[in-house]
Amino acid sequence: MQELALHIVDIGENSIRAEAANIWILIDEDDAQDRIAIEIRDDGVGMDEETLERALDPFYTTKKVRRVGLGLPMLKEAARRAGGDLSLISAPSSGTRVRVDFQKSHWDRQPLGDVPGAIMTLVAGNPGINIHYRHECNGKVFKFETADIRDILGDVPLNNAEVLSFIKEYVREGLGEIGSSA
Amino acid sequence: MAKITIEDLKKIKEKVQAETSLREGGKRVKVTVHMGTCGIASGAKTVMDALMDEIGASGATDIIVTTSGCMGLCSREPLVTVEILGQEPIKYEYMTPNKMRQVFKRHILAGEIQTPFVLARGTEEQK
Repeated sequence: MQELALHIVDIGENSIRAEAANIWILIDEDDAQDRIAIEIRDDGVGMDEETLERALDPFYTTKKVRRVGLGLPMLKEAARRAGGDLSLISAPSSGTRVRVDFQKSHWDRQPLGDVPGAIMTLVAGNPGINIHYRHECNGKVFKFETADIRDILGDVPLNNAEVLSFIKEYVREGLGEIGSSA
Repeated sequence: MAKITIEDLKKIKEKVQAETSLREGGKRVKVTVHMGTCGIASGAKTVMDALMDEIGASGATDIIVTTSGCMGLCSREPLVTVEILGQEPIKYEYMTPNKMRQVFKRHILAGEIQTPFVLARGTEEQK
């Protein structure tokens, strides 16, 4: 993965496979502390203790089509080589929380990248899921809720191409306003 | 550029509703971009971006875009499946933004399967 936004799509897809109805994506940029934290939380099926222990092992996966599961291990490595780490909390039927943080100024920290496109991609594939996105940048906050968009649209689906473009531009502008430039 | 507001979304809603009533809500094409870890790492999102750009530029309203997970053919990612109503699905391999644009213009809009990029015809089992 070349940017953190791609990890967000990837981990978000995990939540969808875990049958989540809600996904929370929380990003916190803090220049004073020189940190970026990303949290992806869901209300999916969660993992038991044994699965949780093995989830960060690249040679463990719950899928049958291949023998490796690289999503979480790659994100953990991305954090560890940029002065951060990943923590994973989960329990059966109470969802999963992935929290990862980075030293913002670290040479090896991947750029945040196209977060608006990441949100759009998650919505496109899963228009029925509630995405709660909150991005804080040095105290300024941008929030985006798919439920708000759905309220306005009524019977027009969220994965309509024009709506998706709207979502991407809306998030892009929102991030510009809070000064996110990571 | 003018700021994007919720008003814009309401306009989109009205426009889409007007178009939908003309077509009785039918979608003609479903395009699936495979978004497993393998797909994402090999560029599926840039393929997705190219697809959305092309749909926007063409003004087509009868195309539905969706995503799916890994199907076990990680080495051939990015994969894109094009399913035209009433025809068997076509799975394209090693996709790039440019190939996506070509598939969009030639296959999705004009109906010509782009054989050099085809991995398989028909559906696979999703696991």
